[in-house]
Amino acid sequence: MSANRLPTHTGATIDFTFNGRALKGIAGDTLASALLANGVDVVGRSFKYARPRGIFGHGAEEPNGIIQLGSGAGTVPNLKATQVELYQGLEAFSVNGWPSVDVDIMGIIGAFGRLMPPGFYYKTFMYPKKLWMTYEHFIRKAAGLGATPVKDDPDSYDRLNQHCDVLVVGAGPAGLVAAREAARTGARVIIADEQSEFGGSLLASKQSIDGLIARDWVASLVAELGAYSNVQMLPRSTVFGYYDHNFLTILERRTDHLGLTSAHQVRQRMHRVRAAQVVLATGAFERPLVFAHNDIPGVMLASSVSTYVNRYGVAPGNKLVLFTTNDNAYQTALDWHQTGRDVVAVIDTRRDPCGDMVVAVKALGIDVIAGHGVIEAQGNKRVKRALIAPINEAGTEVIGAVRVLDCDLIACSGGWSPAIHLSSHTGAKPVWDENIVGFRPGESKQQERSAGACRGTFDLAGCLAEGATAGADAANCSGHGEGSTQFPMCAVEAFEEQPQQALFLVPHSKSTSRAPSQFVDFQLDVSASAIELAVREGFESVEHVKRYTALGFGTDQGKLGNINGMAILANALNQSIAETGTTIFRPSYTPTTFGAIAGRDVNNLFDPERYTAMHRWHMEQGAEFENVGQWKRPWYFPHQGESMQDAVDREGLAVRNSVGILDATTLGKIDIQGPDAAEFISRIYSNSYLKLAPGKCRYGVMLKEDGMIFDDGVCACLGDNHYLMFTTTGGAAGVLAWLELWQQTEWPELQVYFTSVTDHWTTATVTGPNARKVIAKVCSDIDLSNEAFPFMDWRDGTVAGIKARVFRISFTGELCYEVNVPAHYGRHVWEALIAAGEEFDITPYGTETMHILRAEKGFIIVGQDTDGSMTPADMNMDWVVGKKKTFSFIGKRSLRRSDMLRENRKQLVGLKTLEAKTVLPEGAQVVFDAKQAIPMSMQGHVTSSYYSANLGHAIALAVVKGGHSRLGQIVHCPLADGHTIAAEIVSSVFYDPKGERHHV
Amino acid sequence: MLLIHCPHCLEYRDEEEFSYGGEAHIVRPLEPEALNDQEWGDYLFFRTNSRGVHHEMWYHAVGCRRYFNATRNTVTYEILETYKTGTQPTIVGAKQ
Repeated sequence: MSANRLPTHTGATIDFTFNGRALKGIAGDTLASALLANGVDVVGRSFKYARPRGIFGHGAEEPNGIIQLGSGAGTVPNLKATQVELYQGLEAFSVNGWPSVDVDIMGIIGAFGRLMPPGFYYKTFMYPKKLWMTYEHFIRKAAGLGATPVKDDPDSYDRLNQHCDVLVVGAGPAGLVAAREAARTGARVIIADEQSEFGGSLLASKQSIDGLIARDWVASLVAELGAYSNVQMLPRSTVFGYYDHNFLTILERRTDHLGLTSAHQVRQRMHRVRAAQVVLATGAFERPLVFAHNDIPGVMLASSVSTYVNRYGVAPGNKLVLFTTNDNAYQTALDWHQTGRDVVAVIDTRRDPCGDMVVAVKALGIDVIAGHGVIEAQGNKRVKRALIAPINEAGTEVIGAVRVLDCDLIACSGGWSPAIHLSSHTGAKPVWDENIVGFRPGESKQQERSAGACRGTFDLAGCLAEGATAGADAANCSGHGEGSTQFPMCAVEAFEEQPQQALFLVPHSKSTSRAPSQFVDFQLDVSASAIELAVREGFESVEHVKRYTALGFGTDQGKLGNINGMAILANALNQSIAETGTTIFRPSYTPTTFGAIAGRDVNNLFDPERYTAMHRWHMEQGAEFENVGQWKRPWYFPHQGESMQDAVDREGLAVRNSVGILDATTLGKIDIQGPDAAEFISRIYSNSYLKLAPGKCRYGVMLKEDGMIFDDGVCACLGDNHYLMFTTTGGAAGVLAWLELWQQTEWPELQVYFTSVTDHWTTATVTGPNARKVIAKVCSDIDLSNEAFPFMDWRDGTVAGIKARVFRISFTGELCYEVNVPAHYGRHVWEALIAAGEEFDITPYGTETMHILRAEKGFIIVGQDTDGSMTPADMNMDWVVGKKKTFSFIGKRSLRRSDMLRENRKQLVGLKTLEAKTVLPEGAQVVFDAKQAIPMSMQGHVTSSYYSANLGHAIALAVVKGGHSRLGQIVHCPLADGHTIAAEIVSSVFYDPKGERHHV
Repeated sequence: MLLIHCPHCLEYRDEEEFSYGGEAHIVRPLEPEALNDQEWGDYLFFRTNSRGVHHEMWYHAVGCRRYFNATRNTVTYEILETYKTGTQPTIVGAKQ
């Protein structure tokens, strides 16, 4: 049996390892209780000074016992040993401490802690600035917390959206009775608690309720709740965030207590709960006392010592000194006495403690030393002595001789701090209350109420009464119950308690700055002197001091240290705690697994994928794909042994010399109908559509009201009052919302309706000099001659036996037919076109070739060549702006704002590299003077850049200040690697500048 | 995460179904060409940025595809009412 395990506590043995050492625990243990049972004192090293640290608390507040669980893909960093349930074969490692927690080279720095004040890194390693990256590398290596897994997480996670009438957070005494009262009304109740068992503080309590000892009372209540069909009980479930409109998130740990990974079931589940009403019964954290070297292993919270004794059967030491400012902690002396181990003394800072509990302790013959404080702990890796001294009534000075008490355990209690975190998430501003010496939840911002210890009610009878009232009130407010919130009280033995003393920093014989470190925040090594130093350096705001000293920045979010820290700050600033205020708690309450937040939305399910009807054909041809929005589009079709450049060279040449075929299905398509459709469209596009006749198409540009290009595309008149608008692939949803916005909010008098038909149609683009011949082989009912069916017209007809709309529009600059058929006939028609084109060696091409061909023609891609600050004039597209339109189109007025008339606006030009084969990188900056010293004057940037096989040289589009009047000038693109590429500004139309080829 | 009552669907739906449409009740000048640059700029770029009661547009993007207005407290995020485009709010805050 392990040294510290009490003989009364038995159970199945569990084997585990800590830092490679084989140890044994008992079923029901946490990792922390098992380590304490085995007498493991040092569980880690502190973050900054690498001081040895031991288990301090017993739950979410634990600052020291930060461990890495397991290894490999499933490893979990930065868990709190107090929250890890022990399982057979568990492997745990300290996160800090190199080469080991017992011999830590960084610990040498700890001995010089005084040399590392707050802001040390900023003050010391900032200069010379260039070396910061080097410093940072070593600082991070020396400091950092646990290791991130480097392989894919083997576990699966999911999410559950839930609604309930009453969500009860916390299943301690207040939460349990709140859930019961709410359940009785028939309201749908969810009660969640982060621990493995419901009961909270009652699990370690020896009090009795309604004649039952606490544990049994809990069991009976849990059984009662379990019988309600309208109650969902979630143990091992942390409510970690409270968001707007009563939306709360719960992390349920379903298999963590069984093993490191769980290949066959969901490891964790996130519940996203919309609750009509919320009861917060989150309890309180005991507040440590801040005295010199209070971080030596063997200093613990009083309630934690009691919990380990009563709940886990572990006595974490032999000789206890209890150090308290209040009556409540005397319970720990009683509990320790019952283990048969030695209570050396109770040190009480108050002059004359005489409450019921004090009397009970004295009756056992335990020495109660009043008016004293433990001013310093001594020992290296374990407490060996406590130095005690009389202190004045205000608790500010040592007023007598120091005495030494031999001990190996100092349990301390500075009172209790309500766990107001979730209330704080709602925006409620915590209120300081002198009576409880702590912050209470502020005025509710949402449909919630707090009950019990988290509201500052620390006695059991009070918690039970408040819980019942809160539960009934919540149910009533959600429309359940009869409105009564009066209940028979539970019978609880009561103790007379005397007021506690507010003491946030225990005085030392030396001043704070000269005394051994008095730690406030253990995890980040923030001491009382550091906070005082921050004030001397001029910090006043609590939020600034927090950031400067790192107080409360650890994974424990300062659950223990915050109040002491604020109080020390307030004192240093000579103001009250209420005036100083507290920092704001934000989600998450405890660290949350990313996997649980992502749920199933990972890998292939991260985002929906959209496929065209020809997708399988593309795959069969070995196409490489690229993502365009959610669409998978063929990027290029490599033949055996071809590089990407080889493939796009071949595809591009085929289009200009014979015929190519492109899957253009993904372009957005909006069907527009109504008597005012033409008027509406004319107001949306910069050019007019009023005279567009059925059978005709027109290219248009949409502007935002600020005159900047927002989308472009062709719009066809299908019939009277009926149009089909093509949008960019990525812009389709945004354009539809834009149309709806203007119709609904600005021009409701216009009768016009919009329907997205993108998915209804498949589009095959057949383009190249032989395109007409190909189409003619599969379409006999359209006169394809240039006279009968000219460029920018469309026709109804039959293609490969399927009713089709054929558009003569062109994004390649070649003769082009875009064949639209109902989506489900897409592959049939596509294959018919491929077969018809076989004799012309019809070549399927992808988006890369499409981009090159359009760039050869200087056709822009909105979002690539424009960036939301480009007007039609900037793009050399003044021709698309209708000057004579009767109704002002969107954006028109902005086109003559003074800024639009500037001569040095960035304008679209072509760039031809002087070295013909050199392809400029897209995004490269353009400068006029390559020899200018850095920082250079940036005059523009490259927006599109390719190698053109048709032209035999590289081509680029760029926007350059005043570019339209700079044709023929040489510009330079300095690259990150130090070399510079020179290029000539040319027309943005590289190929067929007169536009003759698409009119044939 | 907001819970928004769509005045067209007559249901409370999750924020994820909606997209934000900016400040409501901004009157587009009937004759933009008659405005000078400053006046047009005021319409184009300047918003009230209210602290407290604020009227704003929302778009039920994956629902009924209708725009509507909401009166929202920008401090507490409480939505005080939603109402159809073209109607006036019943709750109006003091200018801040």
